[in-house]
Amino acid sequence: MVKMNVLIAGVGGQGVVLASDILADVALEAGLDVKKTDTLGMAQRGGSVVTQVRIGEQVASPLIGDNDVDLLLAFEKLESGRWADRLKKGATVVLNDYSVPPLSVSQGAEAYPGDSEISHLLKHRGADLITIHGSLHAAEMGNPKILNILMLGALSMLTPFNPELWIEAISKRLPPKIIEINLKAFQRGRKDLLSILAEMSAESGLEIDGHGDDCGCH
Amino acid sequence: MKKLLSGNEAIALGAYQAGLKVAAAYPGTPSTEILENLAAYKDLHAEWSTNEKVAMEVGMGASYAGVRALVSMKHVGLNVAADAFMAASMTGVVGGLVVVSADDPGMHSSQNEQDNRYFAKFAKVPLLEPSDSQEAYDFMALAFEMSEHFDTPVLLRMTTRLSHSKTVVQIHREDRQITGPGGFNRNPGKFIMLPVNARQRHPLVETRLAKLAVFAESLSINRIAEGTKQLGIITSGVSFQYAMETAPGASILKLGLTYPLPEKMVREFAAGVEKLVVVEELEPFLEEQILAMGINVKGKGLIPRVGELNQDIVRDAFESAGWIETIEKPVQDGLIDEVKTLPKRPPLLCPGCPHTGIFSVLHSLGLRRKTTIGAEAGLVITGDIGCYTLAAYPPLEAMDTCACMGAGIGQALGMEKAGINDRVVAIIGDSTFLHSGITGLINAVYNGSAMTLLILDNRTTAMTGHQQNPGTGFTAQGAPAPSVNFANLAKSCGASDVQEVDAFDIKALRSVLKSALDSRSLNVIVVRGSCVAITPGGGEALTIDTERCTQCGTCLSLGCTAIRKGSEGELTIDNQLCRGGACRLCQQLCSHQAIEQIIKKVV
Repeated sequence: MVKMNVLIAGVGGQGVVLASDILADVALEAGLDVKKTDTLGMAQRGGSVVTQVRIGEQVASPLIGDNDVDLLLAFEKLESGRWADRLKKGATVVLNDYSVPPLSVSQGAEAYPGDSEISHLLKHRGADLITIHGSLHAAEMGNPKILNILMLGALSMLTPFNPELWIEAISKRLPPKIIEINLKAFQRGRKDLLSILAEMSAESGLEIDGHGDDCGCH
Repeated sequence: MKKLLSGNEAIALGAYQAGLKVAAAYPGTPSTEILENLAAYKDLHAEWSTNEKVAMEVGMGASYAGVRALVSMKHVGLNVAADAFMAASMTGVVGGLVVVSADDPGMHSSQNEQDNRYFAKFAKVPLLEPSDSQEAYDFMALAFEMSEHFDTPVLLRMTTRLSHSKTVVQIHREDRQITGPGGFNRNPGKFIMLPVNARQRHPLVETRLAKLAVFAESLSINRIAEGTKQLGIITSGVSFQYAMETAPGASILKLGLTYPLPEKMVREFAAGVEKLVVVEELEPFLEEQILAMGINVKGKGLIPRVGELNQDIVRDAFESAGWIETIEKPVQDGLIDEVKTLPKRPPLLCPGCPHTGIFSVLHSLGLRRKTTIGAEAGLVITGDIGCYTLAAYPPLEAMDTCACMGAGIGQALGMEKAGINDRVVAIIGDSTFLHSGITGLINAVYNGSAMTLLILDNRTTAMTGHQQNPGTGFTAQGAPAPSVNFANLAKSCGASDVQEVDAFDIKALRSVLKSALDSRSLNVIVVRGSCVAITPGGGEALTIDTERCTQCGTCLSLGCTAIRKGSEGELTIDNQLCRGGACRLCQQLCSHQAIEQIIKKVV
C-alpha cells in the first residue's frame, strides 16, 4: 500500500508550487488519493516556500504530521535545514546544491550555514541525504528555470509511479514551447539521481536497485 | 470526472455550475482565488469591488433582482461588510445569496484570527462549513437552494487550510444550471428597511431560524459515523480531518451546517457515547451551543483556542486526556532548537520595488526616534495594509502602525490632535486608499490636519497577487475601464497641496518630501511607479566597480536582496535579481559612483 508524505521546500520563484502540483497530478492519475497544501504566507518573491503533498489510499489531513516526512525535496540548502526536525526516521532528502542568501546574510548580519551544518541537521535522525547539482545542470542546459522539473526527475526515481505518468503530467501543466526542454530536465534529474545513488552505494557498499524500493515510502 | 482542486477553485466551480450570475469581492488572502476563478467565465459578471461592503451591496442588489449572487472576502473583510450583511439578513433574498468568509487561523497573512462563525449567529443566518474541496464544491448548490428556500443569505466559512489545499473532487456535472434572467418586483415591506417595515421583518427572521433548526436535523451533510462508544467527537470544517487522523475509531458527528445546530441529533449522539468532545479550530462556537443545551462536553479545555490546529495538536490533547494510546515520540534531541537558529527568510520588498525608494528616503531623514516624549520633534509614520507594510522590517523600519484597511489616515489625525509635536506621515497604497482611505482623507481635510499623506500608486493590488482595481484601467474580467486619477481625487477631497513624484527618483522624492514636512498644512504626495512583478524587463543588471567601492554600505540600507555583502566586506549585485535600469535606486544613493549598468559589448 502506497503511503507517502512529500515535503518540497525552496525559495519564492523557484517553482516549488508547480512541482508539487505535478506530483499531485501523477498520484491522482495513478488512482490514489492525494492532498496538497502550500504555505506561502506573505511571500511574494524571495521568501520561504513550502508545500506538503500526502499520497495514499485515503488521506484525511492535508498537513503532514510531526516527524512524518518520508521525502524532502529541497531546492535550496538553507530551506532544507529548516524542515530537518519534521523528517521521519530514515527519511530520504534530495537536496539541490544551491544557496540563496536571505537578507540577514546578504546584509552581513548573519552567516549562511555551512554544508556540514546542513548535513548534520538533515542526518540527525538517520535520513539518507542525496545531494544533486540541480541548479548547475539546469544552467548548463541553458535555462535555470527548469530546476523544478529536474528536481522532480530526481524525486520520480524514489516514487513508485510510471515515468509515462510524469511525462504526461509535466506536458499538461506547461506551455507547449517549454515542454521539450523541461522533459529533458526531467530525464537529467532521473539520471543525476541514479549516478549519485551508484556513487553512494559504491562508497558504502550498500546495494541500491535504483527504483527506490528502500526509500521508506511503501 | 475527478479533479484536484483547491477549496477556492472548488467554490468557484460549484457556484458557476449552480447558475451563479453575479460575483463580487475584494482581494484578501486566503479568499482571492475564488473571484479570480469566477472571472474567467464569460457568462457571468465577476467584479473586484472597491471594498467588501460594496461587494456585499452588489450581491444584495443582484439577489433582489432575482439572480444567484456570491460575495467572497477574507475574514476581516466581513467586518467592513458587516453593515450590509446584517441588513441583508433582515431583508432576505430573492435570488440565492451566498457569502463566503475565508478565515485565517494561524494568521498566515492577517492581522487577527477572528472566528467568523459568530457572524452567522449574530446575523441569524445559516452557516455552512466544508471540510475539503469536495464539500466546498458540493455545498455551493445546496447553499443557493437553502438561501432561496429560507429567504436568507447563507454564510459559508472557509479557512486558509481549506482554501489553499488541493484535494480530489468528484465533479458531478459538466453543464451549468439554467437560471432565468433577472427582474425586480417591488416589495417595499421586504426591501425598504424603514423602522415600520423592519419591525415586521424581525419576527420573520426568528421564524426562519426555527425552521432552519428543524431542517438541520434531516440534512445529509450533518452525519454520524458510528464508531466506538467510548469516545464521541463533534466536529466541523478542516478539524474533521484532524479528528479522523487522530481517532479514526471514534464515533464522529460531522456537522456541515453548524448554525443553527441540529439539537435533537446532538442530544442523541451525546447520549450514545461515554465521553464527548468538540474538536474545532479557534473559538468554542459549537462547544458553547452544546453546553447551552445542558450537555456535558469537553472542548477548549483540551484543544487550544489560539492558532491553527493539526493532527498532532489533537493527538496530544487526546493523549493527555487518556482517550487514545500514546504513540512513541522522537527523543528530545534538541534538533528543533538547532533548526530555529537558522537565518530566517521573511517576506521582503522585491528588488526593483517602487516602494523601496520612498521608505529609504523616510528612513534616511534622520528624524526617526524611538520616542518623541521629552525628545525633539521627530517623524511618526502611520501605515496601512499592503506590500509596503514590509517596510516596517529592518533595514527600512519606516512604519509605526498597521491595524486595518485605511486606518493610517485616521490614526495620523488622532496623533496630531493628541498634541504630539512630531510631523506625522500617513502612508497608504492605491487599492487600500480606494478601499477605505478616501473617507479618512476627507475627514483629515475637514478637521484641519497638517499631515502628509503618501499614496503609493504601484498600479495594482500587489500583495494579494496583482489584482486589478479602479486605478489600473482594467476590470476583473479584463475589460478596459476608466482609471482613477489619484491626484485629482485627492484635490476633490479638499486637499489643495497635491504633488505627483516618480517612485524611482531619489532626488525628487527627497525634495518633495522635505518641503512637505516643512509645510504646516495638509499635503498629499502621489508616489507613482509600477509594481516590478507586473512590469516586464528593466534592462541589464547593475554592477559594482570594486575599485571605486569603499564598502561604505549605503546601498545596503535599501534592503535590496540583490545587493550582497561578502565575507570580506565586498559588495556585489546579483545580476539575476537586479532590475537594472528600471530601478537604479542604489546607483543614485552611491556617492562614490561605484555602481554602473552592465553594458553588453556589441560584437
